[in-house]
Amino acid sequence: MSKTITIDGLTVPFREGQTIMDAALSAGVYIPHLCHNPEFKPHGSCKLCTVNVNGRNVASCTLPAVEGQQVLSDIAELNAERLALTQMLFVEGNHLCPACEKSGNCQLQAVAYYLGMMSPHYNHFYPQREADASHPDVMLDRNRCIYCELCVRASREVDGKNVFGLSGRGIKTILAVNSASGLLGDTDLAVTDKAVQVCPTGAILVKRRGFTVPIGQRVFDHLTIKDLQTGGGHE
Amino acid sequence: MQQFEFSDISRMLTPIFARHDVDASRLLQVLLEVQDACHFIPSEAIDQIAAHFDVPRVNVEGVAGFYSFLSTRPVGEYRILFSDNITDQMLGKDELMLYLCNKLWVEPGKVSEDGLVSVASTSCTGLCDQGPAALVNGWPLTNLDRNRLDLIAELIRSRKPVADWPPMLFEVADNIRRSDVLLGQPFEPGAAMRATLARGAKETLAEVDKSNLRGRGGAGFKTASKWSFCHAAIVEEEGSMICDVGGHPERYIVCNADEGEPGTFKDRVLLNSYADLVFEGMTVGARVVGASKGFLYLRGEYRYLLKQLESVLQKRREAGLLGDAILGRADFSFDIEIHLGAGAYICGEESALIESLEGRRGRPRNRPPFPVTHGYKGRPTVVDNVETFACVAKIAERGGAWFAAMGTAQSTGTKLLSISGDCATPGIYEYPFGVTVRQILADCGAREPYAVQVSGPSGTLISWKEFDRRIAFEDLPTAGAFMVFQRKRDMFQTARNFVHFFAHESCGFCTPCRVGTELQKKIMDKIASGHGTASDLEEMKSLGHILKTMSHCGLGSSAANPVLDTLEKFPDVYVRKLKALAFEPAFDLDGALETARKMTGRDDDWAHL
Repeated sequence: MSKTITIDGLTVPFREGQTIMDAALSAGVYIPHLCHNPEFKPHGSCKLCTVNVNGRNVASCTLPAVEGQQVLSDIAELNAERLALTQMLFVEGNHLCPACEKSGNCQLQAVAYYLGMMSPHYNHFYPQREADASHPDVMLDRNRCIYCELCVRASREVDGKNVFGLSGRGIKTILAVNSASGLLGDTDLAVTDKAVQVCPTGAILVKRRGFTVPIGQRVFDHLTIKDLQTGGGHE
Repeated sequence: MQQFEFSDISRMLTPIFARHDVDASRLLQVLLEVQDACHFIPSEAIDQIAAHFDVPRVNVEGVAGFYSFLSTRPVGEYRILFSDNITDQMLGKDELMLYLCNKLWVEPGKVSEDGLVSVASTSCTGLCDQGPAALVNGWPLTNLDRNRLDLIAELIRSRKPVADWPPMLFEVADNIRRSDVLLGQPFEPGAAMRATLARGAKETLAEVDKSNLRGRGGAGFKTASKWSFCHAAIVEEEGSMICDVGGHPERYIVCNADEGEPGTFKDRVLLNSYADLVFEGMTVGARVVGASKGFLYLRGEYRYLLKQLESVLQKRREAGLLGDAILGRADFSFDIEIHLGAGAYICGEESALIESLEGRRGRPRNRPPFPVTHGYKGRPTVVDNVETFACVAKIAERGGAWFAAMGTAQSTGTKLLSISGDCATPGIYEYPFGVTVRQILADCGAREPYAVQVSGPSGTLISWKEFDRRIAFEDLPTAGAFMVFQRKRDMFQTARNFVHFFAHESCGFCTPCRVGTELQKKIMDKIASGHGTASDLEEMKSLGHILKTMSHCGLGSSAANPVLDTLEKFPDVYVRKLKALAFEPAFDLDGALETARKMTGRDDDWAHL
């Protein structure tokens, strides 16, 4: 007999070793998230997937599912907090959707739509962050980085290269690359690397592929991120 | 800017590498030595260190970029860091720092053009009872005033090595004002170990349990429970109890001496004058959980204690109290290694501390699993506060019942308080738990006390209406900081100082803390500049809620305490500063022209809006 938890009253089965997020995704229950990607070890930094378990707030992507957990996720208070966190991600960087090639395919944008974000609410930080066009095939624009470390994890775990890493601290955290010059072009990153494909925003883009899919025909122009990540749109 | 040739760097690194293992856990220690030698971490050194430890370059850069005392750009040959705690500010820190900068012709936060000196601020250095304080190349300077700064400026200009500066500049007093069983009663090194070995490890754990000792770092987790969990981890793994076995190489005892909470300095005194007691407590812990290796994680600010602590360890080894076959017991080996921090408050969080011990960025881990089951290098690890280990030694020597008879039922024993701020005799006070704030204020000669920050910025601010509250886990839990403010103090500035502290010390891992602490800082600065409105206060309440409920660790979840406490208890200090408007944009149009004014060298009326 399989073990179960409940999420917003719905009974959801899980296998030993699964997190609440794993169980939810398997059951087609959407919990908003950005730093989580089922292909990689859970990270727990964006905190969008925070749920309330037996009265305590926890990141669902890192907390192991345990028989009988009562999970609250799609409730007004948590959705308001998730919206605030999303707005924080927008104002701490320089996210200019209309001018971004990732628009329509961007998970940050899609989560913002899903949560009903109508304005950035907080004052923009307008940080000075460096863009790096030194690599022949890949563009790195730190203005759009949300420090999810998916590229860090993909490069390390899948590509075996360690091209990316974080440096700095606090609000001065930066995405660093593995070269003495600090330039992406001097690393061993290849355009075929997993690390190039996992960025949820437009921080890492493949060059010379601008607008190959026109605006209006992109993923989130037709599906919500919930539909995409729970398979709901393919029914 | 200094230029380094590859061969110079190699020559500099060779002896440093020779002092450390090739284990990547030594990375931070190596970087600290490089920082000392070069006054920054040169890019070429990062390459060679990465090659030496066989880790990616970007990881070394990540560590170098994380800790405040490391820098990838040159700092002055003489690096002066003024302690920026509110108590230092109350003693005139800002004005004194500017005074020194003027004397040395250097801007705060910048390096002089000849590379000789840099002057900047740093988080509380743990010398609040003898501030204003600063560090010069890591060495503490106390009781700073204009006379001392005149002398310091002269010493720097004449390029006198810091080692040859007059010793009186570096005098750090213990300032023990009230002592009880920990500080006031003699302790003979070895006494607790002999009692432990005679009694047995299991029985000693029972005594610690009976004592009801709770962690002195602030959280107040019951020490015996933590140790038992560490047992449980081992039981599960090896299928048997380990008590009285000892000698398991893969279990660790860690003493958390990353005393970073602003206003706390009792661990400094324990390590300076009671190190034997602390090390003995660690050894007792090692016997109980079967560890053969321990670490003292010493905050970078207390690096000046390193040498004398090493010599205490050496004496203990010579006395048979550390090392192989402790007190002649062939089945009991345990040794302690001191690991230096490098300026990161977050490393006081136990899992971040373990990351730092492993030579990485101090980022709190995801839990579960907890350190007691998966700690240092994935092995069961007990992390306890300096004072907790000191208590353990006393309990091992004199028994749990003796300890439990002191204090209150839920908070047994005594507590060391680090008292600073507006009082006649700042310093260390040891009280049995349960003492009232009023009593403490009377004892330390507080002048017209108005408010007390108990347990530092992450703790609780209490107003004069609450002075009958008691220091105890069930009322006012504390890690030891006790900062007194008199009526004339601006409690808004206090909260603002703490908010800046949290923003500076956030590790940046999770969104709520990384961005939320910065937002708090910006709003407090907006209010301070006279542009605050009622909506800003509402915003801070809602930010406070997000920080409390969504953060990854205790830093984020307590980062709003200073704001929420002052808003609740001293709302007037905000209202006085607000504009009468309901809303005021944060964007300062005139301020935005500042760059243009600087570039054109203009400051006339037409250059302003």
